[in-house]
Amino acid sequence: MEIGLSHYLTVAAILFTLGTLGIFLNRKNVIVILMSIELILLAVNINLVSFSAFLGNLTGQVFALLVLTVAAAEAAIGLAILVVFYRSRGSIAVEDINAMKG
Amino acid sequence: MTQLLPPIGAVLPELVLAVSAIVLILIGAVRGEGAANFITGLAIAVLAAAGVLVLLGPGGETVAFNGSLVIDPFGRFMKALAIFGAMVALIMAVDWQNREKLARFEYAVLFVIATLGMCMLVSAGDLIALYLGLELMSFSLYVLAAINRDSVRSTEAGLKYFVLGSLSSGMLLYGSSLVYGFTGSVNFEVIATVVKEPSIGLIFGLVFVLAGLCFKISAVPFHMWTPDVYEGAPTPVTTFFATAPKVAGMAIFIRVVLEAFPHVAHQWQQIVVFVSIASMVLGAFAAIGQRNIKRLLAYSSIGHMGFALVGLAAGTAEGVRGVLVYIAIYVAMTLGSFACVLTMRRQGRAVENIDELAGLARNNPLMALMFGALMFSLAGVPPLAGFLAKYYVFVAAIQAGLYGLAVIGVLASVVGAYYYLRVVKVMYFDEPAEAFDPMPTELKAVLALSGLFTIFYFVYPAPLIEAAGVAARSLF
Repeated sequence: MEIGLSHYLTVAAILFTLGTLGIFLNRKNVIVILMSIELILLAVNINLVSFSAFLGNLTGQVFALLVLTVAAAEAAIGLAILVVFYRSRGSIAVEDINAMKG
Repeated sequence: MTQLLPPIGAVLPELVLAVSAIVLILIGAVRGEGAANFITGLAIAVLAAAGVLVLLGPGGETVAFNGSLVIDPFGRFMKALAIFGAMVALIMAVDWQNREKLARFEYAVLFVIATLGMCMLVSAGDLIALYLGLELMSFSLYVLAAINRDSVRSTEAGLKYFVLGSLSSGMLLYGSSLVYGFTGSVNFEVIATVVKEPSIGLIFGLVFVLAGLCFKISAVPFHMWTPDVYEGAPTPVTTFFATAPKVAGMAIFIRVVLEAFPHVAHQWQQIVVFVSIASMVLGAFAAIGQRNIKRLLAYSSIGHMGFALVGLAAGTAEGVRGVLVYIAIYVAMTLGSFACVLTMRRQGRAVENIDELAGLARNNPLMALMFGALMFSLAGVPPLAGFLAKYYVFVAAIQAGLYGLAVIGVLASVVGAYYYLRVVKVMYFDEPAEAFDPMPTELKAVLALSGLFTIFYFVYPAPLIEAAGVAARSLF
């Protein structure tokens, strides 16, 4: 079977859905949410690189490199905020993020 | 002759912001925590300088960095507004920082970096510049929300903002990748020339991109973060959240739909109409039960974004002009309202409950008068500025044949008037509580300017309308 663009896009769509569901269905730990966010960005990168390869256009790969860089910064900021939250709250369970209703 | 250097003159304000952010960090690192007030002063001067450079910049349209950045009258208007909002929010933070013993130099530096991100976002000419500008802005805002690291509520606000903000950036990015894949380009102008017929993949991409942008302007159904983050973040940070990022978010929203997708207007108009109605209605009804003034203003800002989108739904130059005027007036009113919220302190402790305003008219009649005028203006009572702002967008919507949208908007603003007027009632008719601590001079100045602007805007509205008209026409 020839592996074509649609296969790559399907993988990316599945990863994106898993990442999104991981954020909403997860009831345990904020670290899992951070991992889900990375999963979403990975899905986007697969999309960008496969489009780039099939279009014969380099822009997508440049975009993917920038997304990787920003994802690293995002993880750093997320973990930093998580550490600060843990210090004041003493827990990183999702159900403990409840100082404000809503 | 081939141009060796990119036209850096066109991006001078951004360069000034970027270089001075680095310089400010260095000064802070060398001089230590004691330099916080000095650095805040410098940052205010830098923002003022950037604002002047934006206003003095060359007229007409300049395209820089192979189409990544577009500097046009629309961008200039929105940039000037965003920088103004950031500058005033930073001025309003000075007194608070010293009273709460939270004077840290990072605070001012993050303001400058966030403003740099907003300027890039406003003039983004392709999806990559959009993403980078958006993330530069958002990352600074996540950290700012959690800047009070010893407070559970502040760090929780930062965490919530971060998680939901990252999710929305991911959606925007997924949409960008689909748009890129189905058009073969990330440049807005090229996308507009390629897209003549809507295809399923492209519409998917458009929806994802708009969902990400809706989050940034806190429009329903992506508003969930707003009340919690507004409540939890320190009040000067909330002031900032309520003004400058909304300006930048609205600017890029308008630019994306009008520059990249003018030929599928029918598709994005449906989305904008839905988002607009949902925001107006939710903003009006959900604010009714609120006891906390910051949560109230959060729902108020959700509602106001809905009203502003009414103008965009019309999709005409007139509608966009209405949106620009609306956003400018919204920024002025919000800064004034938050000057009042920042004044709500007793014996050195901040209070946030609406009932604490009881009897303000007797303790501080001038402040009560100004706050009352701002509340009437936010509710849209003629002849105050907030009424005229709503008038422009509704007229644009009616001219575009969107009667239903305009009617729902008027009804929502009537419902919304209830909770704004309740604040006025508490101030004027309830039993007086203890007086607030004296108001710092800069807050007095902000409140006075904002109050006078909202009250007397109708006397001479021409300059703002003129400027917004020039800005709006540059997109068509």
